[in-house]
Amino acid sequence: MLSMQNISMVYRTDTVETHALREFSLEVGEGEFVAVTGPSGSGKTTFLNIAGLLEKFTAGKYVLDGKDVSSLSDADTSKVRNEKIGFVFQGFNLIPDLNVFDNVDVPLRYRGFNGAERRRRIERVLDMVGLASRPKHLPSQLSGGQQQRVAIARALAGEPRFLLADEPTGNLDSSMAMSIMELIRSINEEGTTIIMVTHDPTLADMAGRNVHIRDGRVSDMSSDMQLADVANG
Amino acid sequence: MFNYYLKLGWLSIRTNPWLSLLMVAAIGTGIGACMTILTVNHAMSSNPIPQKSEVLFHVQLDSWEAGEPGPDGYNPPDQMTYRDAIALQEEAPAFRSVANNRSGLVLEPEGGDENPYTVDIRNTWADFFPMFDLPFLYGSGWDESADENREAVVVLSRELNDRVFGGENSVGRTVRMSGINFRVVGVIDEWLPVPKYYDVTNGAFNLPEEAFIPFTFAIEQDLPRNGNTNCWKPVDGEGRDAFLNSECAWIQFWAELRNEEEEAAYMSWLNAYVEEQKVLGRFPRPLNNRLNDVMEWMEDRQVVEDDAQVMLGLSFLFLVVCLLNTIGLLLAKFMRKTGDISVRRALGARRSDLFLQHMIEAGLIGLGGGVLGLGLTWLGLRGIEVLFGDFVEHLVHLDWQMMLTAIALAIVSALVAGLYPTWRAMQIMPASQLKTQ
Repeated sequence: MLSMQNISMVYRTDTVETHALREFSLEVGEGEFVAVTGPSGSGKTTFLNIAGLLEKFTAGKYVLDGKDVSSLSDADTSKVRNEKIGFVFQGFNLIPDLNVFDNVDVPLRYRGFNGAERRRRIERVLDMVGLASRPKHLPSQLSGGQQQRVAIARALAGEPRFLLADEPTGNLDSSMAMSIMELIRSINEEGTTIIMVTHDPTLADMAGRNVHIRDGRVSDMSSDMQLADVANG
Repeated sequence: MFNYYLKLGWLSIRTNPWLSLLMVAAIGTGIGACMTILTVNHAMSSNPIPQKSEVLFHVQLDSWEAGEPGPDGYNPPDQMTYRDAIALQEEAPAFRSVANNRSGLVLEPEGGDENPYTVDIRNTWADFFPMFDLPFLYGSGWDESADENREAVVVLSRELNDRVFGGENSVGRTVRMSGINFRVVGVIDEWLPVPKYYDVTNGAFNLPEEAFIPFTFAIEQDLPRNGNTNCWKPVDGEGRDAFLNSECAWIQFWAELRNEEEEAAYMSWLNAYVEEQKVLGRFPRPLNNRLNDVMEWMEDRQVVEDDAQVMLGLSFLFLVVCLLNTIGLLLAKFMRKTGDISVRRALGARRSDLFLQHMIEAGLIGLGGGVLGLGLTWLGLRGIEVLFGDFVEHLVHLDWQMMLTAIALAIVSALVAGLYPTWRAMQIMPASQLKTQ
């Protein structure tokens, strides 16, 4: 489903080279729920950005859903992001001027669905996250947990194969965090592959597999599923 | 997607109303200044008779003194002597031709309720009306027999007919001017050639005359001449006939030549005529006759003066300065939207989608600037009217063409101003913004 082989990511300035990922390899199978943990600066977010095609990597090979996405054009990359990947961010990243309905509508607009199809999908996912009654609310009129639910609805509206979540509960209190995690787990149970970056071991334990990153490499894996590959051979 | 982008653009404008208003004001001010000057220039340089401007020719014969500059340097004088004008009128092979000049008479209203007043007159020929396509409200121009028989007939302007006859059909009625009873044969409808091409010598932006009478009658009655008169040697003798036989140029002469063959034949005739006159001791300068069609004549006379062109250039420079301000403001606005742009990129927007979205937003701001600019243009034109009075009153109005030009110019300007800020916004790496929000 997702295969990264020997991915390197180097940030360069005139004087400094920073290796965010070093020969990073990982396989994620269809339907898996993988938690990625690691200390700050270990490369978790860089990994997630590369997995979500938000950043180009320096070297290596990345195959997503059977297709090599290492050197796609901007238009093709955008299409893959739009059709196959859903994002959930720590800071929700809702567009403040748009109401709930219009925020969820954003990826569907770029998909080119007609109005009726967009409405059907939006109503379905808002119902799924428990916000069917608040389509006209602006993000500022919602609690943090509700905003994250909107973000999840937006990520799911296009029915992606992957959901990439970067500290999805990082800005929430513990009860809201658990509620969001339950939602994410239920999404996974319906078949969506999920990769979640977190530094909370409790949340990581809710995933099917835990991948630990240190210094840009996979340093440890634990799972109740069979591992497809092991980082660094 | 266009409607979606329009909606997003409008939302963005509403979200930052003051910044948006500043941009609208910057573009509107530039457009207002530009369009004010452009409107005046447009009116001054427009083709006053587009349907016939290529077949109507102003005629010049170089009858001036040898070795000395005339009223127009060493170019032929822009007007013609009576002798030459009559020779051309009666003998030259034109489809139509008219010798004409400006005059003025005192109209004496019937009944004595109103005091007599001066009326601008054009002395001309029957061909004047069909040649220059004058529209008639009542009646028509006079026929050639009125020229030949020197009849006291008159064609009134609509305004004068309104004043004298209350707007009624006055054909057949009499109007008394300078002690002469003129029979009304026609009333022309609204007619405002800008520039007043048939007599730029006496004011390219004057209003047309209020009444038209036969040139032959005016000569016979020795009616006054109000226009410009240039003589290169003293009139030999006293009285009307001496003046008419002089080398004084005071008549505007136009010919209608329908094709190149007629134009060539006419020029040959002019050259032959001047050669003949040279034998008689006139036309001391080398042969230099000229035929200019309407737009060539406007160009030759520099109807749109160089100052006006400089003003136009300066106003466009001002627009550029306003656009530079707009670029800065748009840059600030778009760079504040990096979070929005990054989220959209993450959700599948291509760079081209976002480019289009932001250019449409810039276009909307341009539209606002265009509407404001139109308002400022209207104010600017009223200001010019106040400054220069009646002289420019009929010049300074906004027609549909100029209104559309203002809107189009504003939108294009905003799009140009939006190019760089939009391009900059497109260069944002989404990953760098998504974590920091």
